[in-house]
Amino acid sequence: MGHTRGSGRPNQWLRNLNAKLASIPMILTAVVIFLGGTVWTVVYSFTNSKLLPRLSFVGLDQYERLWAAPRWLMSVQNLAIYGLFSLIFSLVIGFLLAALMDQKIRFENTFRTIMLYPFALSFIVTGLVWQWLLNPEYGIQSVVRSLGWTSFAFDPLYNSNIVIYGILIAALWQGTGLVMCLMLAGLRGIDEDIWKASRVDGIPMWKTYVFVIIPMMRGVFITTLVIIASGIVKVYDLVVAQTSGGPGIASEVPAKYVYDYMFQAQNLGQGFAASTMMLITVAIIIVPWAYLEFGGGRKRA
Amino acid sequence: MPEIVAFNAIAAGIDPEAEKTSVALSGPRGRKPRRALSGRNIMVYGTLIVVALYYLLPLYVMVMTSLKGMPEIRLGNIFAPPLEITFEPWVKAWSSACTGLNCDGLSRGFWNSVRITVPSTIVSIAIASINGYALANWRFKGADLFFTILIVGAFIPYQVMIYPIVIVLRELGVYGSLTGLIIVHTIFGMPILTLLFRNYFAGLPEELFKAARVDGAGFWTIYFRIMLPMSMPIFVVAMILQVTGIWNDFLFGVVFTRPEYYPMTVQLNNIVNSVQGVKEYNVNMAATILTGAVPLFVYFVSGRLFVRGIAAGAVKG
Repeated sequence: MGHTRGSGRPNQWLRNLNAKLASIPMILTAVVIFLGGTVWTVVYSFTNSKLLPRLSFVGLDQYERLWAAPRWLMSVQNLAIYGLFSLIFSLVIGFLLAALMDQKIRFENTFRTIMLYPFALSFIVTGLVWQWLLNPEYGIQSVVRSLGWTSFAFDPLYNSNIVIYGILIAALWQGTGLVMCLMLAGLRGIDEDIWKASRVDGIPMWKTYVFVIIPMMRGVFITTLVIIASGIVKVYDLVVAQTSGGPGIASEVPAKYVYDYMFQAQNLGQGFAASTMMLITVAIIIVPWAYLEFGGGRKRA
Repeated sequence: MPEIVAFNAIAAGIDPEAEKTSVALSGPRGRKPRRALSGRNIMVYGTLIVVALYYLLPLYVMVMTSLKGMPEIRLGNIFAPPLEITFEPWVKAWSSACTGLNCDGLSRGFWNSVRITVPSTIVSIAIASINGYALANWRFKGADLFFTILIVGAFIPYQVMIYPIVIVLRELGVYGSLTGLIIVHTIFGMPILTLLFRNYFAGLPEELFKAARVDGAGFWTIYFRIMLPMSMPIFVVAMILQVTGIWNDFLFGVVFTRPEYYPMTVQLNNIVNSVQGVKEYNVNMAATILTGAVPLFVYFVSGRLFVRGIAAGAVKG
């Protein structure tokens, strides 16, 4: 833009001064909090800080302790199961729902409103509702039993083997509406002529979806994947509301580990090490995607 | 220059206006007259109705449970409508449910949430819109670098930055206060809001900006007299995004405020998941609905604008 270049001889710093002053909050946030805070946490993860952060380095001690802690291993395992299933299910369900919604149906707005409203709710609300629905004494299990199937067992929140699936059910209820909306936007972006051509050639609809439409929606799928994945790593409120990590440690997740060690157990070093591991996980997801998505654009025509 | 192509594409794709134009361009597309009861239709609508019922079920159960008395809950099934409707649980949830030693109900949390959400929404939108405006129209050296850091920062788990922020707030003397929490919401709302406003302002006709410059208008004059009045739709989208996001927040409320300032979500969790006392499921469900009511209200009133907002805000997770 021409006006930013101008003939500004007087002083480099004074040019565009108002814009710079107005951007101070942004610059502070970016540099001090996002960049500085991240570096700070990573650096302190190599110290033996307990109640207060102290700069006495102990190398990788905290990480060794972390990866030897049963609770952390359980958290990671839970996150892996929860993450894998929630990725698969929300993509598949979200896409199927979007495909249904794309059949030129009536009342599309009503259906969309219904499927998306859980997303407006807080994870705490979602967690507490599902805690109630999955309550073995009064919830779904008891209703089915009262219908005559007395041996019916469905108490995920009280069974440490399957508790993480109980959380998954609630998470899917809340999140699939959003995925559906993203997918629907993707489907709407596809040229109608493709459908006409496939109809003329007599290709069955499911084949058109699988071999033509889905490959064309690659970008939408990848973006949705990144959005879901970065949400998965942060999962915290839902677990706190639904199970508080229990029974025992059966539904612990990394974000909760971090919070508990930083603010309750007063073991900051562990908290920093665990949060650094979360950072690494996110980086593993984001970096390849960012590279694919923006790598080409860096050349600049 | 960072190109946030993907997010833009989604935001645009889901935008009702964009939808309309794409329909217009791709030729005849409207409903074809079709027999109402074809097998295919039955399958499509049947599935959608079952799905819709599944989504509505928890809301239904919540409302029904909250209107029953405890004896009825112990006897009956959660899906049955109440035999005898009582509003007692709602009254109790609002005004006398206990968290720890405090027994003044959720109303305290509600007003705390109001006192958190209103200023946080205003401050975060004010700052982010000015950021977006500066980035779109007054780009200075290094601006794009800061912006890139900001956007990348949106993906960093909050847990990584929480403790450094605690230290900063403590140094500023606002740790534990409402002011501190407002700062935190402003910080974490900034990436997505700045992106939203930057893209919107960049899409406005540049001639407007240039004409104002020729007429001698400066940074603030152009912002307040031209950009602001022209951008009401995007401000509404940002507002929806922030009000629901901040109202629903739990983590920041727990970490950055003292118990007397706990927002509604935190208090709700404390009421429902408290270990002492007899569990009153009807009160719990009434409290849960009360907490969900504000974002639900925003959602149902704003309709498609909400969809636009969350499409832009989905990264916030």
